[in-house]
Amino acid sequence: MTYSRQADFGTPEAHSDKAVTLTVDGRPVTVPAGTTVMRAAAEIGTAIPKLCATDSLKQFGSCRLCLVEIDGARGTPASCTTPVAEGMVVHTQTPRLQKLRKGVMELYISDHPLDCLTCAANGDCELQDQAGAVGLRDVRYGKEGATHLGQAKDQSNPYFDFDPSKCIVCSRCVRACDEVQGTLALTIEGRGFGSKVSAGLASDDFLGSECVSCGACVQACPTATLSEKSLIEIGTPERAVVTTCAYCGVGCTFRAEMRGEQLVRMVPWKDGKANRGHSCVKGRFAWGYATHKERITRPMIRASIDQPWREVSWDEAFAHAASELKRIQAKYGRRSVGGITSSRCTNEETFLVQKLIRAGFGNNNVDTCARVCHSPTGYGLKTTFGTSAGTQDFDSVMQADVILVIGANPTDGHPVFASRMKRRLRPKNGQPGARLIVVDPRRTDLVRSPHIEAAHHLPLRPGTNVAVLTAMAHTIVTEGLADEAFVRERCDWDEYQEWAEFVSRPENSPETLAAVTLVDPAELRGAARLYATGGNAAIYYGLGVTEHSQGSSTVMAIANLAMATGNIGRPGVGVNPLRGQNNVQGACDMGSFPHELSGYRHVSDPDARALFEADWGVAIDPEPGLRIPNMLDAAVDGAFKALYVQGEDILQSDPNTSHVAAGLAAMECVIVQDLFLNETANYAHIFLPGSTFLEKDGTFTNAERRIQPVRKVMEPLNGHADWEVTQLLARALGLDWNYRHPSEVMDEIARLTPSFAGVSFARLDELGSIQWPANDKAPDGTPVMHIDGFVRGKGKFVVTDYVPTDEKTGPRYPLLLTTGRILSHYNVGAQTRRTANTAWHPEDRLEIHPVDAEDRGLKDGDWVRLASRAGETSLRALVTDRVAPGVVYTTFHHPQTQANVVTTDYSDWATNCPEYKVTAVQVSPSNGPSHWQEDYEALSERARRIETAEAAE
Amino acid sequence: MNSQERLVYMANQIARNVATQPEPQAIVAVADHIKAFWDPRMKAMILAAPEGLTPVARAAVERLRTVQ
Repeated sequence: MTYSRQADFGTPEAHSDKAVTLTVDGRPVTVPAGTTVMRAAAEIGTAIPKLCATDSLKQFGSCRLCLVEIDGARGTPASCTTPVAEGMVVHTQTPRLQKLRKGVMELYISDHPLDCLTCAANGDCELQDQAGAVGLRDVRYGKEGATHLGQAKDQSNPYFDFDPSKCIVCSRCVRACDEVQGTLALTIEGRGFGSKVSAGLASDDFLGSECVSCGACVQACPTATLSEKSLIEIGTPERAVVTTCAYCGVGCTFRAEMRGEQLVRMVPWKDGKANRGHSCVKGRFAWGYATHKERITRPMIRASIDQPWREVSWDEAFAHAASELKRIQAKYGRRSVGGITSSRCTNEETFLVQKLIRAGFGNNNVDTCARVCHSPTGYGLKTTFGTSAGTQDFDSVMQADVILVIGANPTDGHPVFASRMKRRLRPKNGQPGARLIVVDPRRTDLVRSPHIEAAHHLPLRPGTNVAVLTAMAHTIVTEGLADEAFVRERCDWDEYQEWAEFVSRPENSPETLAAVTLVDPAELRGAARLYATGGNAAIYYGLGVTEHSQGSSTVMAIANLAMATGNIGRPGVGVNPLRGQNNVQGACDMGSFPHELSGYRHVSDPDARALFEADWGVAIDPEPGLRIPNMLDAAVDGAFKALYVQGEDILQSDPNTSHVAAGLAAMECVIVQDLFLNETANYAHIFLPGSTFLEKDGTFTNAERRIQPVRKVMEPLNGHADWEVTQLLARALGLDWNYRHPSEVMDEIARLTPSFAGVSFARLDELGSIQWPANDKAPDGTPVMHIDGFVRGKGKFVVTDYVPTDEKTGPRYPLLLTTGRILSHYNVGAQTRRTANTAWHPEDRLEIHPVDAEDRGLKDGDWVRLASRAGETSLRALVTDRVAPGVVYTTFHHPQTQANVVTTDYSDWATNCPEYKVTAVQVSPSNGPSHWQEDYEALSERARRIETAEAAE
Repeated sequence: MNSQERLVYMANQIARNVATQPEPQAIVAVADHIKAFWDPRMKAMILAAPEGLTPVARAAVERLRTVQ
């Protein structure tokens, strides 16, 4: 396959039930009413010359190149701004048009450097293409007059350059920043001949501006003005492979544009249904970790963690791992070993790891990092609706009238979806945007951003989600705003009445609960009324909901609210968990939890077990296994001795680091499979090198239940894709696995999992993606769930009583710490820290309110000691009123900070999901790193030594 | 908190979160939850040493003993 750009229809698709037929250059074409002449022509393969138009942006009509003639119409209208009409007769190429276009083009080129041969866009430049298309043969104007040539480049952004000399001021970059990304960082400064693209003030460069480096402007640029640095360095790609991003749960699809095995750039795929052609700084640019020098590509073993690593052959590593696992099981029992599947790996890889544990280890001690993020979503939505997943697709947000965001910061955590949400929130064509309610202790960017202002921001005290939601329910029920007709038809009426009676109690009123939530009752009532009566209301939530001691209760409280107001079962409404990692949904679907087989069937269910037992030829333990925190407890007790961890860094990501370290240190065999020597590997005995998403085939499932293909574009640096490593380990343990390709694993998943029955690699190639359930009833998948009724039958209302966390502030620890993330980094940062994304966030900072800072004599940038009952660390302060007094906030992207040294063992009552979001802390001035940080750094350095072979004489 | 104390804490925490239900249902809910989500060793530990459990959690553990 040779390289070509994705087709560009010039203007966005129009949606209308009415069809219009016209003739373009004698050829008839039928399109929806509202389509532009330019797009209608493109539909039949007629490329009208254009520069300022591209189909991701609203038509602009500035370049004057796309002129056409229309029978009966005066002059030469621009085809990009002229809508089609019935019977219209369009001519796209006439002598008059040719002359006009050539004149326009000549003017453009008179002020453009003619360095095509050495230009990064050579062969992939719309200006070059159009010059050819209009037949421009010479430029008559000479070079004497004023030009824009020879201006300094802005190379401040680590991923792309801005060369103003090549700019034709088509405004595509400015419009992309406005319309697609919604940051509005760019503008055209000056007017007339002085017009110039600017990233804000004249003093701003791209890096210092509000630009979030999403890449939309680079993608929109028709010339080399905005070019990826990788393209400038490597050259144009020669092929493109569509694949799925391995960062967050949005699941953007990209064209991996390749030259040989070298990745030139990742360009968002316009046909991707999750991202619709958009991207963020991580997926678009931050893939350099894949070939980072710190990647480990050879297996290593050691007898104890105080020894250096020794590189060994794969055979020796597998033989050693198998013998250790067998020895430990023989000595300590069948249940003394377990494993952790990765939410970063593919569905097929995850499925194989849990199969290895259930069928090979002979127990159910398998868990996944969803334990520490969205396990309450699984529990809560399964209990209330009957499925452990979100109810909508992302497109649904465009039909929402009210958007309630609780415990989520999508502009940082799920940026590409946030752009879509912001598009719905901004007024459009004179129509107001959707109204917004934000429930968050911090004033997140979404609360107030260009053209967006939340109707209500409820800055609650961390840990009081359930109280806030109960107070909202109180308002809805007592003010008669519930949709009782919906409830009677779809839900269990008796359970609803019990719930309604509970929430109606005076002690659950916003006024009474204000004492614990610290939320203004009038504001809360306003938010509840808006949610219940504002039209289609959709709830989006994140880890600020789940990572609490009442995470599962909060998820159920959200579900209650949606059911009580009838906001479920159609586009524009629903309950939407924003998943953290790329394949958290998939890891859960694949049976990564210790109590569930794939498709959320409990291990105690004899029918489900029988299915697997027949297929796998082994007995499945009917007892649930250990969850991650339980594994660590059992390890400290001496009952759990070996762990196989694929692609997760529990030492850095899990709470109470010293407890995790104690658990790992107590094990006799820790096997880590990862790209890098991560923090957990400091406690490992066997290291199996992992592969990146660019090096393997498989599928990821995003937050909308959308299964999307991951396609191999280069050979694994370590020699094996992760699924092959697991298979080889299984074979060393005596299991007769013979998968030749991940598609065979998916076939097995489909065979054993009713909601995946209609999924196969062939179907995915055909459809691009599939949202489960996909089976005989829904062969093309299910964008919106619970349409005619709930999966479980009747929707279940669950009374969720507010139970305060036991993590309390007091004189010693008077502040509440809550944690989160930032746009440029991802999770523990193992990938993004190994890219130029560190330009934006080189360290974790502690956000603290000016009042709290002043009380402690702290200035912005000071080193502070952050201490809780669990431990202490130090980092630099960031003084801001974005957090309320009494609340401090930090991220956990950097191992030097180790924010989780401070977080505690408290966890969700139903799932043991850790309470990351509430820790009582004290903040005080500090001189630098804490004892823990110093000790850990020394340990880390020691644990990462790799023995070097003696040089041959 | 050692593991035994943590299990007692967890059982009590489950009981606190279902406390709005009438006691008989609450006991069943706690027992069912432990049955569905705790591994055999955790169950054995709480059965062996139920000291420190609140009345509902205690009754749930007793129920677990009889239905197992």
